[in-house]
Amino acid sequence: MMQRQVLMGINGDEAVAYATKQVNPDVLAAYPITPQTIIVERFSEYVADGLVDTEFVAVESEHSALSNCIGAAAAGARAFTASAANGLALMWEMTYIAASLRLPIVMAIVNRALPGPINIHNDHSDSMGARDCGWIQVYCENSQEVYDACIEAWRMGEHPDVQLPVMVCLDGFTLSHTMENVLTLPDEEVEGFVGERGYMTIRGHMGDAEFRLDPETPLTMGPCDLQDFYFEHKLQQVEAMKQALDAIPEVDAEYAKVSGRRYGLIHPYRMEDAEVALVGLGSTMGTVRHVVDGLREEGVKAGLVKIRVFRPFPEEDILEAVGDVPVVGVLDKSASFGAPGGPLYEEVKTTFYDESDRPLIADYIYGLGGRDASQGLIRGIFRSLEGIRSRGEVAEKVSFVGVRE
Amino acid sequence: MSDLTLREAARKPDLLAPGHRLCAGCGESIIVRMVLKAVRGPTMATTATGCLEVSTTIFPYTAWNLPWIHSAFENAAATASGMEAAWQAMRRRGRGPLAKYETLDIIAFAGDGGTYDIGLQALSGALERGHDFTYVLLDNEAYMNTGIQRSGGTPRAAATTTSPAGRVIPGKREWKKPIDEIVVAHEIPYVATMSAAYPMDVLRKARRAFEAEGPAFLHAIVPCARGWRYPPEKTIEVSRLAVQTCIFPLWECRLEGGRPVYRLSAASSAIARRPEAKKPVEEYLEIQGRFRHLFRPERRGDIVDSIQAWVDNRWELLLERAGL
Repeated sequence: MMQRQVLMGINGDEAVAYATKQVNPDVLAAYPITPQTIIVERFSEYVADGLVDTEFVAVESEHSALSNCIGAAAAGARAFTASAANGLALMWEMTYIAASLRLPIVMAIVNRALPGPINIHNDHSDSMGARDCGWIQVYCENSQEVYDACIEAWRMGEHPDVQLPVMVCLDGFTLSHTMENVLTLPDEEVEGFVGERGYMTIRGHMGDAEFRLDPETPLTMGPCDLQDFYFEHKLQQVEAMKQALDAIPEVDAEYAKVSGRRYGLIHPYRMEDAEVALVGLGSTMGTVRHVVDGLREEGVKAGLVKIRVFRPFPEEDILEAVGDVPVVGVLDKSASFGAPGGPLYEEVKTTFYDESDRPLIADYIYGLGGRDASQGLIRGIFRSLEGIRSRGEVAEKVSFVGVRE
Repeated sequence: MSDLTLREAARKPDLLAPGHRLCAGCGESIIVRMVLKAVRGPTMATTATGCLEVSTTIFPYTAWNLPWIHSAFENAAATASGMEAAWQAMRRRGRGPLAKYETLDIIAFAGDGGTYDIGLQALSGALERGHDFTYVLLDNEAYMNTGIQRSGGTPRAAATTTSPAGRVIPGKREWKKPIDEIVVAHEIPYVATMSAAYPMDVLRKARRAFEAEGPAFLHAIVPCARGWRYPPEKTIEVSRLAVQTCIFPLWECRLEGGRPVYRLSAASSAIARRPEAKKPVEEYLEIQGRFRHLFRPERRGDIVDSIQAWVDNRWELLLERAGL
């Protein structure tokens, strides 16, 4: 049943804070960093005004923020944190540990370029650097998606087949500091949707127990795990990620019943008869969609595949969405030094390698350090794709676009 | 406050079970078992990376008969503060699996590396925020788990694998970091030092720490037979000499009326009353191989004297603080 929703004018950070207020997690531990700070500020206000009864822990570093969340989530709590760039880098050690402890912590990452030189503006070098740490990663196009993802993330991570932490990624400034219209659900709807946290059941020598710290069922979490079992535990994480590919759409479907908004793992746009298409993620996808519409009016059969969930990587959905589109460009907002291309490009290319009839694929690395991704830039990329289509080959596999001559 | 009697302690089951892989004579397991005897009821613990963690939890085995977590090296205090935050939130809301526990003794065990060095920031943050937990510093004065490297807690002149006694440099050049003063400066309710040679003192202090409202810090000297180079059966003897020579005096400090009030514990206050009972630090140094180079091939009286002067100075400072 669709609920009456309230339209709010809020920025992306406020959307995170507002959704989290409605979720009302047990513990929120965070440290300020631009452009994430508004999240912590708003939430502190909710705490100060008694609008939430969350235990707010103003930690002394991001490393401790995630460590605190780990302790809290291990003790059975819902724990939330938020960070960006350097903060995520400082947490790096703990991101792996949170995932391997199978703790469904939710963390908003307000994407910002990693230094050096220091830069506070948006690209994806922070969360892309954390792509292999075992967290589900959801990338948002606008603040509505941010709000929705910050509610859905709990159910994704806590799904009984998953039990993994979730990163909700939103572009710094472009989303975090830009006011947009956001439809918000009533508090009780959010409460009802997220429900109570569920736990994994594990089997030990004293019988079955929920996987959490409790004096009544004392169990050991995070033991020393060597050659004889570590590998199996890693495979369990691999399995959980695979299962998330099914669990996330399941959660989406339930969320759609409440909100009327349904997101998949990806969102294809005008792909049915496309001849050139872009694959990308984040806020730039709004611009790409606008350009696609313009090009379509001009007779260019352009299309877009927006990736919403990058981890687990939705290979099947991408194969299906691209179909027999002959030329695909990948938009990467981070560079991978010394690698064949950007992180998204490598995943997309790998996805198509086993296909007998695969598209020509080129990588376009753009927007590093917040360099503007204008319509002109996107149009230029589509022109490049058309060139590839007419030549029948990719001359330059990886291009850095929008760079000063 | 309710102190445990020895009889009561002896009857309580061990929360750290035998069969773990810590070395014979390890000072850590002795202190941990004693501290856990003093818990009031429901308890949870976290342990920083180190000997205690790796030797007690080699999967699929565990020596812990209580809910226990290890997450990393530098964050025992941060992890414990999260456990405490979870409990506080559930208590306040009256829902969640921990809501039913009226007391919950939350303990962070960490070594000197995880406290003096890499974990100092997380510790300071957790103390400043005032989480209700007990931090137990198991001070064996070097990174023993990685093979005896010097830490901020290593005493001057001790030979470690990264402060070896060489031809030119005779062991560690720096003095031991005054961690207790750093902790006391955080104005937390309870700070105490302890030695396994004085078990009733350990039990009493651990119970006080659990009862304190807010953070409590217990600093235990835990001799390491491997790293300190003495026969494993001498752990208690070394623990006792540390106190008798006043290189590691026993005291507790409470915050009363916003001021730190130091009180010497029985073993050390006896020395304060009878200064002639204070043994020369040489007796403590010479039974440990890590200080062998101070005595062989020739006696380095200059260094021994400098250590004695350091001990005397710190002891006097403590007496002043204790108003003696």
